[in-house]
Amino acid sequence: MAKAKSWIEPHASGIYVKPADLWIDPSRPVERAAVTHGHADHARSGHGSVFATPETLAIMALRYGVDVEASHNQAYEYGDGFERGGVRFSFHPAGHVLGSAQILMEYAGERIVVTGDYKRRADPTCAPFEVVPCDIFVTEATFGLPVFRHPPTADEIAKLIGAVRAEPDRSVLVGAYALGKAQRVIAELRGAGWDAPIYIHGALEKMCQLYAVHGVDLGELRLVSETDKAEMAGQIVLAPPSALNDRWSRRLPDPVTAMASGWMRVRQRARQRMVELPLVISDHADWDELTTTISEVNPKESWITHGSEDGLLRWCELHQRKARALHLVGRDLEEEA
Amino acid sequence: MKRFAALIDRLIYTRSRNSKLALIVDYLRHTPDPDRGWAIAALTESLDFPAVKAGTVRTLLATRVDEELFRLSRHFVGDTAETAALLWPEQEKPLPFRGGVGGGVSKAGATPLDPTPTPPLKGRGLTVSEAVDALSSATRSDAPAIVASLLDRLDADGRYALLKLALGGMRVGVSARLAKQAFAQAFDVPVDDVEELWHAIPPPYAPLFAWGEGRAERPDLADVAFFRPFMLAHPLEEESVDLADYAAEWKWDGIRVQIVHGGGETRIYSRGGEEISGAFPELVAAFDQDAVIDGELLVRGEVQGGEAASFNALQQRLGRKVVSKKMLADYPAFVRVYDLLAVDGNDLRGLPWTERRRQLEAFAPRLAGSHFDLSQVIDAKNFDDLAERRAGARDAAIEGVMLKRRDAPYVAGRRAGLWYKWKRDPLTADCVMMYAQRGNGRRASFYSDYTFGCWSEAGELLPVGKAYSGFTDEELKWLDKFVRDNTLNRFGPVREVEKSLVLEVAFDSIHSSKRHKSGLAMRFPRISRIRRDKPAEEADRIAALQAMVT
Repeated sequence: MAKAKSWIEPHASGIYVKPADLWIDPSRPVERAAVTHGHADHARSGHGSVFATPETLAIMALRYGVDVEASHNQAYEYGDGFERGGVRFSFHPAGHVLGSAQILMEYAGERIVVTGDYKRRADPTCAPFEVVPCDIFVTEATFGLPVFRHPPTADEIAKLIGAVRAEPDRSVLVGAYALGKAQRVIAELRGAGWDAPIYIHGALEKMCQLYAVHGVDLGELRLVSETDKAEMAGQIVLAPPSALNDRWSRRLPDPVTAMASGWMRVRQRARQRMVELPLVISDHADWDELTTTISEVNPKESWITHGSEDGLLRWCELHQRKARALHLVGRDLEEEA
Repeated sequence: MKRFAALIDRLIYTRSRNSKLALIVDYLRHTPDPDRGWAIAALTESLDFPAVKAGTVRTLLATRVDEELFRLSRHFVGDTAETAALLWPEQEKPLPFRGGVGGGVSKAGATPLDPTPTPPLKGRGLTVSEAVDALSSATRSDAPAIVASLLDRLDADGRYALLKLALGGMRVGVSARLAKQAFAQAFDVPVDDVEELWHAIPPPYAPLFAWGEGRAERPDLADVAFFRPFMLAHPLEEESVDLADYAAEWKWDGIRVQIVHGGGETRIYSRGGEEISGAFPELVAAFDQDAVIDGELLVRGEVQGGEAASFNALQQRLGRKVVSKKMLADYPAFVRVYDLLAVDGNDLRGLPWTERRRQLEAFAPRLAGSHFDLSQVIDAKNFDDLAERRAGARDAAIEGVMLKRRDAPYVAGRRAGLWYKWKRDPLTADCVMMYAQRGNGRRASFYSDYTFGCWSEAGELLPVGKAYSGFTDEELKWLDKFVRDNTLNRFGPVREVEKSLVLEVAFDSIHSSKRHKSGLAMRFPRISRIRRDKPAEEADRIAALQAMVT
């Protein structure tokens, strides 16, 4: 069996796969990039060739103008992949956002999985995470501290609907990351029986359309910019977190500020963001999901990145699992967690 | 406990006072005794469990959670109670992952890993009063076990509520005053009555709720050192008043207090009805007459030749639970008495000011001269004479003049035409805006809190204060736009702006302060004018402000 360190190199700017001369989620433009999902801290513009799932490629086309049709960019369904330089690459559901994938690499009898970002709970907008056995498991650790235990999503959605009904003269403005979180909140609301139109900030429009094209039914959406203020009383409005307390929000009727994020678990964090209604809804694995996943994947070694590496590292130590922390740069987790 | 936890959670995220009030009103109406009484006592920090301290919780946690993981978590969260609430391992939480493992190519076997819904019995059993009983009965040695058994019965929000209840430091912005208003509103009773009764009845206030709900008579307060709501003043807006109708007194710049002796004990209340006896033990000890006085608590300052020192000195004594001997010696407190509300079992509040003043002067010799003196009536010939004296007053502890209607009884709150406060004209300085921060609630989308500075000798701009009032809505819109158009840097919610806008800032007084780089701290600063006409270089120097220090 090959020694992983001889063929895969973690760098600050991404993971380099030597025999294939290919990077995974590089934070700077490279010749060849395999991309786990469409969030900006994983998918960048300017690569020569991009290898990703069809949905991720579509998202990159929308956000960065990546040419989906160009032959140097290749799309692979879940379970499919390609071979390069003796390395077999394949894509497997990560359950994070639409099109998100773990990338499995097999080389000289060794298997390495890079998770990108992932979660383990049900999400009506994307395929559920799949446990892929491997020797080295490169896992994210956004919520790698035992204080992060996300409550059941249904409870948080019920809280949101309760808040709208409690104050019919106000709208509830939910800050939700434009890719993934916004569509998931909408889909969860539909699942909970919220049939009214949902009002959205212009920055969410195209991504919601993209989700709809890929078969995720979001029901009727209306643009805030094309709606009378009064119509939005007693209704739910979604916007990117940056718009929450900005001038844009003045066009809403006395909005209750909500935010959908795993960080909302910590009261002080929620207060700092001037949030009145924190919703603990995350697209990242919480502590229990992270530790359960490591147990289930049961790798020979875990490489931990993205977030609270120290906490998860300590857990591995306590459970006598071999682990190390990678320190990748350019990760901005605050907004999309 | 669930309802209480939900209430705390809502209060934490609710910034408007009226919304907080509505939440408490709703809670009081719909929660049974004695839970609601304990809850309101906890919110107003009126509970103490000596056997349960932060150390208890840390020790306890070490038995359940890895120390290193606790340390990392505590560092991230920043608050021991919240960290413990979130970290506490749930009892028997099965992880419901089923099914096979994907072989790397198959799509089968992927099952969402959602947490099982919280079992409904959890926490339902535990009431606030059970928790209070358990915590009260705890001793140093069994406190960890007791807290652990309570935590085991709660979910994360419940654990947070329990730990805040046990350790204090609730910080949800609920003052005693707000709680009393909520009570009055919940049961449609006069807030003045609630104010009086509140401090006379210990938590969980069962007789108070019984009276509020009309199930019992108003509790009898004989022999209790209860609080009487303060009589307050309106700002003087009239051109003048006739001194034949109004008596004039100096308005002292300390804190308004009421000292009550009854039932064998002495209590000191602040204006909001919070008991502050603990911070001023020397005054409690010195007051042994069967009486209730209204006065100004001040600190004697050497610079004033034994007269009242500035508010700055008094601040050293406020908010302390334990007072050191050095504090007592360095900042000796005394009370300048304005009014006599009761004496020898007689309530004087119904009498006109003239009569109360006569009785006060007769009573004054019974007070220890070391800690009490009488606020003098200003012997002005007429209003113009009074205006002249007010303008000439140089004493640092004088905030202005009070005008009290001679025939008025002592009534709670602000009543039109009875008492006026006529503050000294504010000081002003031209300062330069340096930073801006967004406001709260209605102002959440506006940059409405401004930090401003003046020039040092070295030509550096040093912050001298922060203000978030004094401007009109129109001016706020303009200021907000200025901030957005002239941002240099962003630090989280704060923006640094181009140092080009001069703000005329009004303030009541200015003091030396070690806390600020400029060495100055303003009292009640507010924006009085936007000086678009004035170049920033011509704003005031620090030295000019230093000359105003009292």
